[in-house]
This record gives sequence, C-alpha cells and structure tokens, in this order.
Amino acid sequence: MTFLGMPTLSGEPFPTAARAALGDAQLRRNLAKATGTIRAKRARVVEELPDWAGLRAAGAAIKDATLADLDTHLLAFEADLVARGTTVHWARDGAEAARIVTDLVAATGTREVIKVKSMAGAEIGLNDAFDAAGIAPIETDLAELIVQLGHDRPSHILVPAIHRSRAEIRDLFRREMPGVAPDLTDEPAALAEAARRFLRHKFTTVDVAISGANFAVADTGSLVVVESEGNGRMCLTLPRTLISVVGIEKLVPTWSDLEVFLQLLPRSSTGERMNPYTSVWTGPTEGQTAHVVLVDNGRTATLADTVGRAALRCIRCSACLNSCPVYARTGGHAYGSVYPGPIGAVLSPQLTGVAHNRTLPYASSLCGVCQDVCPVAIDIPSILVHLRGKVVEDHAPVAEAAAMRALAWAMADAGRWRRLLRAGRLGRALGRRRDRIGSLPPPLSAWTGTRDAPRPPRQTFRDWWESR
Amino acid sequence: MNARDEILRRIAAALGDRRPTPPVPRAYRRATGEPGDVDLFADRVRDYGARVRVVSADAIAAAVATALHDRNARDVVAAPGIPAGWAPTADRSTVDTQRLGAVDGVITACRVAIAATGTIVLDHDAPDQGVRALTLLPDYHLVVVRRDRIVADVPDAVAALAGVRTQTWISGPSATSDIELERVEGVHGPRTLEVIVAR
Ligand code: SF4
Repeated sequence: MTFLGMPTLSGEPFPTAARAALGDAQLRRNLAKATGTIRAKRARVVEELPDWAGLRAAGAAIKDATLADLDTHLLAFEADLVARGTTVHWARDGAEAARIVTDLVAATGTREVIKVKSMAGAEIGLNDAFDAAGIAPIETDLAELIVQLGHDRPSHILVPAIHRSRAEIRDLFRREMPGVAPDLTDEPAALAEAARRFLRHKFTTVDVAISGANFAVADTGSLVVVESEGNGRMCLTLPRTLISVVGIEKLVPTWSDLEVFLQLLPRSSTGERMNPYTSVWTGPTEGQTAHVVLVDNGRTATLADTVGRAALRCIRCSACLNSCPVYARTGGHAYGSVYPGPIGAVLSPQLTGVAHNRTLPYASSLCGVCQDVCPVAIDIPSILVHLRGKVVEDHAPVAEAAAMRALAWAMADAGRWRRLLRAGRLGRALGRRRDRIGSLPPPLSAWTGTRDAPRPPRQTFRDWWESR
Repeated sequence: MNARDEILRRIAAALGDRRPTPPVPRAYRRATGEPGDVDLFADRVRDYGARVRVVSADAIAAAVATALHDRNARDVVAAPGIPAGWAPTADRSTVDTQRLGAVDGVITACRVAIAATGTIVLDHDAPDQGVRALTLLPDYHLVVVRRDRIVADVPDAVAALAGVRTQTWISGPSATSDIELERVEGVHGPRTLEVIVAR
C-alpha cells in the first residue's frame, strides 16, 4: 500500500488532537447547537415514515448484496458508462486517482477547475495534487469555499465550516474573496450573496468540473448527486468536461434501489423530507465530455474483513456525527481524517490499515447511538471493538488482545450484545465507579486517560425503544 | 497488472468463496400506482418556502399570467414544449447562458411530482421541461404541475422515472445552512420557486 495521499485519512493521534479541542468552549457551543438542531429535525422527519425500519433494513441489505458481488456490479456499471460514451478510469489508491484526474484536467489545457463537494475527492487529496500541478481548484459548496479560503480543514461531513462563526467568515471573505465589497456585513444572507456573485462568474467561465457521486446505478449507468445549494447542478451542467470521482462502494445494483436510498439519505442527513436538488445523469449530456474515476484506496482491503466491511455501506449522511457525544465535544478536526465522527473512527483506520491509524478506534464511548441512527444500520460499536482488537494484536500483550477479542465476540452479534448489556455484566466489568468507566489499561488508556467513558446505561437504548 | 485488473483481483480475493446473500427484505411501502394527493403535495411544497397556487385545469393560462404579473416578470423564457397559450409572450428559443442569467424567469412543466415530499422532477429530454441550463440560471422558476403527474411517494416516482436519462429533482428553492445553520435561500440556482398545481 502506498502512503501518498494518506494525510487526508490519518493525522495526529486522536487523544492529542482532542485535548486541544476540548479546551475550546466556543467550538463546543457551536457544535452542540448545530448537532442538536439537526438531530431534532432528523427525528421529526424520520418519525413521519411508518416504514422507516423496513427502509433501513432494505438499505442495509441492498448495500450488503452489492458488496457481496461488487466486481459484477462494477463491470456492469462500467459497460453502461462506456456504451453511453463516458470514459472510465480505475485507481488503486488515492495517489493514482489524483494523478488521473490531474492529468485529465491538464489535457484540456485548463488551469482552473470548479468542484462539487465530494468526500472521495477530499480523501484522495485532490486539491493538493491540483496545487502541485499548477491548477487552481475552486470549491463551490459554500462551506467548502469558506474552508478553502481559510486554508482550513472541514470539520463535518455535511456542514464542513460548522466551526466558523459569521464574523470570522465575513473577515475571511473580505480578506480572501476577489471582488468582495469592503463593507460586507456578517449577515448570512449577505455572505451567501457575496459567494453567489463570486461563484456565478466561475460557473459560467471555467470549463472543467469535478464531482463525486452519492450513488452509482449498476444496471443503468446513472450517477446521482444530492445537494442543497444548486452549486452541484451548476458544475454538472455548465462546464464542457465533467470528471466524477466515485468510490467503488457507491454502487447500487438497480435503478429501483434508489426508492430506498432517496428516502433514507435526506431524512438522515439534513432532516428534510427531501434535499433541494438531486441530479441524475446517464452518460454525457448536452454536449459534455464525461469521465468517471473508480477509486479503491483501501476499500478492497476493507471488503476483505468480514466484520469491518459493513462500514462500506455508509451513505455519508452524517447522522452518526450529529448523535455522537464524543464528536459533539471534540469536533471533526480531532479525528485527523476526512471522515470524522463515528464513521470516521471505523472507516479511516480500515482504509489506511490500523497500523497507520491506531487511536481512532478508541475515539468512542461505545454508547451505541451511532448505530441506532444509522440509516443503513452499520453496527459501528462492534466494528470499533473489532478494530481495537486488531490494533492490540498488532502490538500489545496477548491478554489484552484476548480481552478485545472477547469483547468483539460479545458485540459481533446483536442478540448476544443485548443479552450481555441487559445482564449488566459488561457494564459492571467496565464501570468501576458509579457511572463512569475509569482508567483502562493501555492502549485503552489513550482514551480513558483524558476522558471518562460513560458506563453503559442500565436500560439500553434498544430496550427502551422496544418497550415504547 | 493494470489498475482495473488489480482492483478486480483484490475484490475476488476479498470475497473468497461467495455465499449467496439473503434476498433484500422489501418491507416498506413500494410503488402503488395510486394517484398522489393534490393538497398534500401543495402543502409539502409550501413547507419549503415556495409559492403555490392551486387552480382548475382550464385556468392554467390565467394563473401563469397572474403569477408573472405579480412577480413583475416581463422577460420570460419558456421551455420549447410549453403550450403557446400558457405564456404567449415568452421566448421559446434561447439557451444562451449569458441571456438566461439575465432573464426575469423561466416556465416549465414537470415529469413527476411527489406528494409526500413536495418534490418536482424534471426530465431534461422532454420538450416542456428543457435542458438543464434553462431552469438553472434564471432567478425565478415557475413550474406547472398537472394532476396526472402527481404520484404518492418516492417509490412511485422512481418507478415512473426508469429510463429517464437526465433528471433534476427539485424540493423547494436553493438553500444553504452553512453559516451558523441559519437558512438562506438561493445561493445558486433560482431563489424563487413558484408552483401552479392544476387539479
Ligand atoms: S455510518 Fe451511517 S449514520 Fe454515519 S454517515 Fe454513514 S450512513 Fe450515516
């Protein structure tokens, strides 16, 4: 495995990075407000659907079925794309993907590209590759633009600039945005208007756009981008060349599977019945040239782990971030990864290999809320424990490895885990003081040394849920 | 080995002996083919902050005229397949980006509308909906939704859209909540969405 491009997936050890964030009261207030608001909206619209549990079960099963036959679906998807005139590229890792995209842009002779927000693009370190090649990438999602102008990093999947206040954004725009009015106020509407004007010019003059995809449909060759602002539609429509960077786990087998995901994603993500815009395209349209880059970058390694593979179901809704008590206190930067929060804690170490991301599996209290809100029912706590076992196995004494394996065994099966929690055995074993798990032996101490982990509650969330 | 073969080889190795996966449980409400509820659709679109007028089928032209008048929209583009009677003075030819960015508004129909979510779906190969740039650049988008286009829920829409190559699903006007989670409408794309529902 190559290590180029890895800095986007592993940074400082989580406990070190988290310590700084924990001292930042403003950050914690911003995060608490943001995650609380989105959480409440999500709960309201999820409750509206009587068949949410059925949708969730279908979503999980469709993704599992896709992964279980991933090569077949990829080949079908590729065949559709080629038949419609899209050029398909494959990339083993982030560096290769970034090189392919950069070369494609360079070949057009363009020195500027506009970008639709894409986690895959961030993961492969595209902006750094562009900078190195003398190509200027312009983020068109407002939050991503704020992050870019601030030479900053995103801190949330959905609202990447959530750590910035309106006054900071105003100062940033005045300083960094070409052509901005010097008397710009910090009203969100005024700031959005300034971005609109700046970007409108780019949309109508820049000739190459880079997008990701939320879904890629194997049986029709359709790509789907879900967004709010309309910047995605602009990028997908106006430039003459469109390059889409697509993780190989984005596939769904059939067009009709979207009936599940287009219900799960918006409600879980922004807490809306539907996001303002969803674009679907099948082959190049309206005179464009289209390229798709299919990216592995650790996904096949993740697929090889029968426990950890479930993380590849993720549809990047960010509901787990908004529900996570650890994320709410540390913010996204502490994870040192493009994928923060609970999903980051399981996905990033798998994409890089646990040897290169040893602390993220400990960035959790294992409270289980992330699994409860996940629209594709990823059992994040079990994967965390499984990965902790791998981290320990990688280095530490045998007894700890055995303990972690035991915990992994306990959590690997939903019924088993529930019975143990109910019996309180695990809670007692872990909760030395009344409600807190105190200091644990290394390497768990990396987490518990700086934070108390809450003891599993007497009544589990599942029990409460089922007893309602 | 080239990247494609290498990735396919890795997948085959990762999957090992393939066991058949259990069938996908479809225990959710699927497409029913029942018509969608007009009033629910209107309510859900209003929820997004769009303006909605519900009129009878023979009053579309009058409703379009009133909407454009209220908006003070004079320089208007209509998708080429929009009946001439709905907007007699609208321009039906232009697709030039510069010009589209400057017009007062655009009129289209839609392929499907979803009652449960208040979503309007455009089929960009259909002449009464037009290419994507048409509904992207003007600041005001007026959509005419006929009763027979309204389906109940997302699964009905997905079923109705099978084979439609280029689609835009629209749920309310463009919006962002990126600055301190305060909602601002119309960062890009039309800042105003207005819907005429013909029952
Ligand atoms: S893990 Fe689940 S909840 Fe978290 S972002 Fe992915 S799909 Fe959403």
